[in-house]
Amino acid sequence: MRPRLPTHSSGGSARSVADVADEVQGTVRTDAPDSNSLDERDRQFRELRLDGVTRAFGTTDALRDFTITIRGGEFVAFLGPSGSGKSTALNCLSGLLPLTSGEIWLDDRRIDTLPPERRGFAMVFQNYALFPHLDVRRNVGFGLRMRKVPKPETARRVAEALALVQLSHKAESHPAQLSGGEQQRVAIARAIVCEPPLVLMDEPLSNLDAKLRLEMRTEIRRLHQDLGLTTVYVTHDQHEALSLADRIVILRRGVVEQVGVPSEVYTEPQTDFVAGFIGYRNALPGNVVEGHGRRTNVAVGDLQLVGTSPAAMPPGGNAVVRIRPDDLVVRHGGDGPNQIPLKVEVVEYGGREFVVEGVTPGGQRLYFTASEALRPGDSVTVAVDPEQVRVFPPTEEGR
Amino acid sequence: MATGTAAPPAALPPLSKRLAEKGVTPRLLLLLPAVVFALGLFVYPFLYGLGLSFTTGSASPWSNYQEFFSDPYLRGTIWLTVRLAVPAVLIILVAAMPLALAMRGAGRAKQAITVILLFPITLGTVLLSRGLLNFLGPAGWVNRFLLDTGLIDQPIQLTYNYWGVLFAIIITDFPLVFLLLLSYAGGIDPTYERAAAVFGASARQRFFRVTLPLFAPGLAITTSLAFVLAFGTFPSALLLGEPAGSTRTMGVAAYSEAFQQFDYPMAATVAMLMAGLELLVIVLILGLRSRLAPTVSSGRKG
Repeated sequence: MRPRLPTHSSGGSARSVADVADEVQGTVRTDAPDSNSLDERDRQFRELRLDGVTRAFGTTDALRDFTITIRGGEFVAFLGPSGSGKSTALNCLSGLLPLTSGEIWLDDRRIDTLPPERRGFAMVFQNYALFPHLDVRRNVGFGLRMRKVPKPETARRVAEALALVQLSHKAESHPAQLSGGEQQRVAIARAIVCEPPLVLMDEPLSNLDAKLRLEMRTEIRRLHQDLGLTTVYVTHDQHEALSLADRIVILRRGVVEQVGVPSEVYTEPQTDFVAGFIGYRNALPGNVVEGHGRRTNVAVGDLQLVGTSPAAMPPGGNAVVRIRPDDLVVRHGGDGPNQIPLKVEVVEYGGREFVVEGVTPGGQRLYFTASEALRPGDSVTVAVDPEQVRVFPPTEEGR
Repeated sequence: MATGTAAPPAALPPLSKRLAEKGVTPRLLLLLPAVVFALGLFVYPFLYGLGLSFTTGSASPWSNYQEFFSDPYLRGTIWLTVRLAVPAVLIILVAAMPLALAMRGAGRAKQAITVILLFPITLGTVLLSRGLLNFLGPAGWVNRFLLDTGLIDQPIQLTYNYWGVLFAIIITDFPLVFLLLLSYAGGIDPTYERAAAVFGASARQRFFRVTLPLFAPGLAITTSLAFVLAFGTFPSALLLGEPAGSTRTMGVAAYSEAFQQFDYPMAATVAMLMAGLELLVIVLILGLRSRLAPTVSSGRKG
């Protein structure tokens, strides 16, 4: 193998599309690596730095002071609802949107001043954006053709990329003749065939049905593991972000709320917004009664809850209590902290368990899961570990 | 059931049902007025003219055509017409295409410009020609401007010759071409150009490899239409040109054969040749378009 820069742990060493395609096809390559593809393929960078990237539309900042360093080979997800600035960040990276201020550096090269065609990146678009007048082969080869890669090499690499997404038999088809999933695989092949230093993905799975979305998610993860291409992935779906990314950036109204590896974000959300976005479905407004370090007691109506906050909170202040439905456990007797009496209102069958909506005597609505079939009108008591009760200052609305 | 009644041979469904499956239903009768209209006002006159062009005093039915091609005065009208129509169409396209592409999603400005450009169409050819006669004439704005800026010492002749007619064609046909191209351009998703840019295509490559091929179908139809309009130029050739000489287009020739020479068969012959030439050019344009961007038979959509 050619010497290679160290890459991120999850991907192992970055490998070329050709190497991986051979494995997929079970063939062994005997030809020596050609010399002219060397610099093409050794474009793996050490780090991509976004420094204070800001983009304004009119008077509002779609993205404000966005600063992050992405390591070569890393898979980073930008997660947030619509209007959070995640797509703006991606378009600033691709060059399709000029920055209002800030800088983007690829190792020691400043790139935010370059037009998109000179950055050498590749992108997978939400609506695929496959050229309707070109067949699959020409679509996939488009980037190589624009970059003046010799024809025989283009043909070989396109064939390899198509083999990788298992679409070799569709090379002559036009995009309109393909299903949605096939179109998305062509779009992915078009991006990886360039072996770009950075692959940008803009909600690539949002136009697919649920089953296909799961399949393609695995496919994208597998390709990243095999090829080690640095990827920035924009999504509003926390499951996609958690399952695909090495690191997640959660954005809200153009500002970064939290950056972390999936398990950190999942178990240690730092703000009320992140918690709500990542699956802490129950939100109870209350007041801090007292705090001992991170352990915080909160009064929610006539309920007293013991929870954990990211930082000490002053007594008397407003707070939001966040609890995952899964962490509320139905109790039959026994005592301990965080016992909540509930009256069952709605029961949904969820396969392995039931998803139940209940109301506290104080009128607070809570969702929890139960393994037994409860019925509307039943009275139950649920309990939750103080570690799983998350307390945050309320999200400011006016920002 | 071996001894039971044998299954009757599958009876054919009634004729009306079989026809309905092929799309033949009483609803087709709704097409009748349109068919009558087309037959009476288009097909019949065309066939009548075709027959007329073969009505000759001599033995050969082709003698009108032979006469057309042997008479330099008549034969020359083809070149005179092409000489006007082709440059006019090219100038219009070169001006209208970038404008139409640039005005995609221009919103308010688009409406205003559309209204301004529609104006010449509403005036009609004759009024426009009269106006141009003054505008381009020896004391018109164009000459006064050129004289005042010192670009010329003598007024230049822009009317009653080739230039007057060329201007007239451009001004009458430009709005139509522009509006057509604008609507086609609006149908091209800008995402394709963005994708091309990310994948390394320069502005030039984006235009020739993505925008132009996607634009090709609309461009071909519009060019055909513009050509037919320009090729049939008649009023402006009479009013602004030199109908006996440099702007004796085929339209003028057909008119003078019919209403000055009263030779209807020859007039019909000229008209048929015009139709034939226009058809030839349209076929050429559509052929070029399919080479530029092969049509895709769109199959199933997933």
